[in-house]
Amino acid sequence: MELFGIFFAAFLINNILLIRFIALCSFFGVSTKIDTSIGMSFAVIFVMTISSAVSWVVYHFILSPFHIEFLRTASFILTIAALVQLEELYLKKMIPNLYRAMGIYLPLITTNCAILAVAFLAIDYRYDFGQSMIYSIGVSCGYSLAIILFAYVRERMALAPIPKWFQGYPIAFITAALMSLAFLGFSNMFGL
Amino acid sequence: MSLLKDFNQGIIAENPVLRLMIGLCPVLAVSNNATNALGMSAAVAFVLICSNWVVAMIRKITPDEIRIPIFIIVISTFVTISDYVMQAFTPELHHALGVFVPLIVVNCIILGRAEAFAYRNPVLNSILDGIGMSMGFALALVSIGVIREVLGAGSVFGIALFNPAVAATVMILPPGAFITIGILMAFLNKMENKVQ
Repeated sequence: MELFGIFFAAFLINNILLIRFIALCSFFGVSTKIDTSIGMSFAVIFVMTISSAVSWVVYHFILSPFHIEFLRTASFILTIAALVQLEELYLKKMIPNLYRAMGIYLPLITTNCAILAVAFLAIDYRYDFGQSMIYSIGVSCGYSLAIILFAYVRERMALAPIPKWFQGYPIAFITAALMSLAFLGFSNMFGL
Repeated sequence: MSLLKDFNQGIIAENPVLRLMIGLCPVLAVSNNATNALGMSAAVAFVLICSNWVVAMIRKITPDEIRIPIFIIVISTFVTISDYVMQAFTPELHHALGVFVPLIVVNCIILGRAEAFAYRNPVLNSILDGIGMSMGFALALVSIGVIREVLGAGSVFGIALFNPAVAATVMILPPGAFITIGILMAFLNKMENKVQ
């Protein structure tokens, strides 16, 4: 039940894009087409789960025992950057189909703040290893849900008669506001 | 003259938030009241100016192939400094900004300016560019913060203006951030069209 609570809170109630406002650059950047948003979602699910596992280990077995927690920011970002490179090499060699599906989104993820944010938040919430795994899966599923839904809406919007000043980004923000309002409806569900 | 131009560019013409659409996450997340917005602007300004300064200083001895990791180390040093300074002197603000303080390290504005400007320009120009850009960022962030706080809580910087019972609470909730920035952008588009 507790793990379910963590998953559900990360997935819907504190949706990383629409409620917590993390990784918005990619939210507006790659959501113009459904295909690209699906590719990005897979890349995020894959990288986020692995990198939060690795950064948990780095924090609890390297930084914490030596009392060098202040190096957290620098060490996490370097770990994640190196990890993304490694995953790229591995996928290219072992699972070329998946690599092609993720395409250019894999390297882009290094600068996706959601990955780093999840690593920090799992430490701040004092999650153990299992909890932080569930948490990162929940966050990345929530990311995928929001960005794919948003991409569907934006594809429709391309055909809609939009006032001249609102074309492009302004209307995208207003749409995101309505989606965010809908996600706000999940708050306090199950007393979370 | 060119120094003045470097300084001016970031404020309106290349405003990082409303024009270039970068560094959006903190703008939306911490603009729920004007005080938080000002605190975040100060932290970003500190990191941006210092990292521009250091990157410009070491640009001649930085090997081209590994410049990005070097920039990241420089930036994360200053982010760690500002994180700990805020924790020590303004614990309430640090708590309110939460994870967004360490996340300054992946803010596109800072790495973007290091790569696009400081790496190619002398120290003085880079510092001025940093000041200009962070003023542009602060302008956008604080104006969104003030709009949201007035409409959503009926106060500015915590000073009550009218009865909060008649304020639209949705403006300080997440959707309010999206609405405010959307309308502000549409307004800027309209103004720009008029000027032309």
